[in-house]
Amino acid sequence: MALLETRGLTASYGDFQALFGVDITVGAGETIAIIGANGAGKTTLMRSIAGVLSNQAASILYRDEPIGALQAPDIVARGIAMVPEGRKLFPSLTVEENLLVGRYGRRTDGPWHLDSVYGLFPVLKERRNTPSTALSGGQQQMVAIGRALMSNPELLLCDEISLGLAPVIVRDIYAAFPRIRETGASIVIVEQDIAQALKVADRVYCMMEGRVTLSGRSADLTRDAIHTAYFGADPGAEHHELA
Amino acid sequence: MNWLDTILQGVLLGGLYALFAAGLSLVFGIMRLVNLAHGDLIVLAAFLILVLVTALGLNPFLAALVAAPLMFAIGWGLQYFLLNRTLGKDILPPLLVTFGLSIVIQNGLLEGFSADSRRVVAGSLESASVNLGPVTAGVMPLMTFFSAVAVIVGLNQMIYRTSVGRAFRATSDDPVTAGLMGIRPQRIFALATGLAMVVVTIAALYLGTRANFDPTSGPSRLIYAFEAVIIGGLGSLWGTLAGGIILGLAQTVGAAINPEWQILSGHLAFLAVLLFKPRGLFPRAVD
Ligand SMILES: Nc1ncnc2c1ncn2[C@@H]1O[C@H](COP(=O)(O)OP(=O)(O)OP(=O)(O)O)[C@@H](O)[C@H]1O
Ligand SMILES: [Mg+2]
Repeated sequence: MALLETRGLTASYGDFQALFGVDITVGAGETIAIIGANGAGKTTLMRSIAGVLSNQAASILYRDEPIGALQAPDIVARGIAMVPEGRKLFPSLTVEENLLVGRYGRRTDGPWHLDSVYGLFPVLKERRNTPSTALSGGQQQMVAIGRALMSNPELLLCDEISLGLAPVIVRDIYAAFPRIRETGASIVIVEQDIAQALKVADRVYCMMEGRVTLSGRSADLTRDAIHTAYFGADPGAEHHELA
Repeated sequence: MNWLDTILQGVLLGGLYALFAAGLSLVFGIMRLVNLAHGDLIVLAAFLILVLVTALGLNPFLAALVAAPLMFAIGWGLQYFLLNRTLGKDILPPLLVTFGLSIVIQNGLLEGFSADSRRVVAGSLESASVNLGPVTAGVMPLMTFFSAVAVIVGLNQMIYRTSVGRAFRATSDDPVTAGLMGIRPQRIFALATGLAMVVVTIAALYLGTRANFDPTSGPSRLIYAFEAVIIGGLGSLWGTLAGGIILGLAQTVGAAINPEWQILSGHLAFLAVLLFKPRGLFPRAVD
């Protein structure tokens, strides 16, 4: 049984339709990556699952229950947490307060609490009483991930955690993922860095203009197939270089 | 004229203004909502206390204790069912709706209680005073002041030390992301306005026992509350206390020089702060 499934998911911003019937599945304990160019609809998909954007109830199933029409707080309560694009830390809260606020909607006991999050990202413990705005970008991303973990989610959604960070820092952050997977959580990451996505994910979905254009096991996808799914088949696309 | 005495009276009066202002400051700090009916809600609470005192024969302090949960419920409902709908990018709807609410409350009170001015009788406490060396202070003004300090300490403890307080600040920063944490901004806002109405009840207790009030007294309390909040800096509760004290001091000092200057000198102090420190004396770092 899939943990999460979207069925013909659509989403619009006013008159502008951003998703046209997206079908993805996430199995229990599975890590999947969503890749695609800017504007492909990856964030819209994450925000739909997380309940920020409201949908048809039956277009998103979680443990076979329709959750598409639920609001964000109801989604968190069911065990889906999100690391939003751009980190979105609360500037008037300290590092530790940002982490604690992650428990507000779901106080489930589990592997994640302040101590284990500090174990995952030791630098945060040193800076626990610092305003979150005083951290470096990489440290802020760690807070954003830790904050989502504090609700002990069964499904963790991560939107572009490497955005704007230096490669060594991205490596440090991804180093935490095996430990998150060990707890049995399923993970969906949105990632522009295709090499990174293929490395961390079991399966990959590639999106273009609001549709899934390619999906498969990371090991089975060829460079050419990804290239076509990512940029479309237009001749100009050859000039793009994949990471 | 005893200057020490004047200063003491000014500081103590500032406590009353801080009580008028604390609820306004709390609500503004959390949801950027300026409630133009704030003063009228204070007067409404004062009438509620008056009714409890006269109809049930309750002691005013006990009456305030009974009125506080009622006012909390009124605030919660008002925010949840009405004011939440006005919040958004546009700042005009909440101003218009609370302005309308102000008129509704004033006319409702006029209808129910006539235009006569009233007072809540607090018995012997009204004239009691304590000797503080060179000066004497009334017991009621002292209680008002210490109530203001207690309210501000209490609200600050809640905002900075509890889980609900973190949710208040997170929602104020970013309601959408707060939703991702399981926080329901609509309920947080309702809770904040409910709490503000508890503070309003405390303010009403001292307003009603220390001075006459009538259904149209609200707007001038609102002005004092506004001035205290702005002098202190938006979003800072300690700043609001300081703002109230500065306003109270300016008024009593002005009145000591010339009794006609009392109100004017309060407004002048406010304008001076606005001129030299437009963000107030203790502005919040993040805005
Ligand atoms: N709030 C909004 N209002 C209107 N249109 C929007 C809004 N947010 C996104 N869009 C549009 O929806 C489409 C999908 O956007 P989305 O943010 O989901 O893409 P993305 O794949 O996450 O892109 P990126 O890689 O830049 O983060 C884009 O065309 C975008 O311009
Ligand atoms: Mg995006």
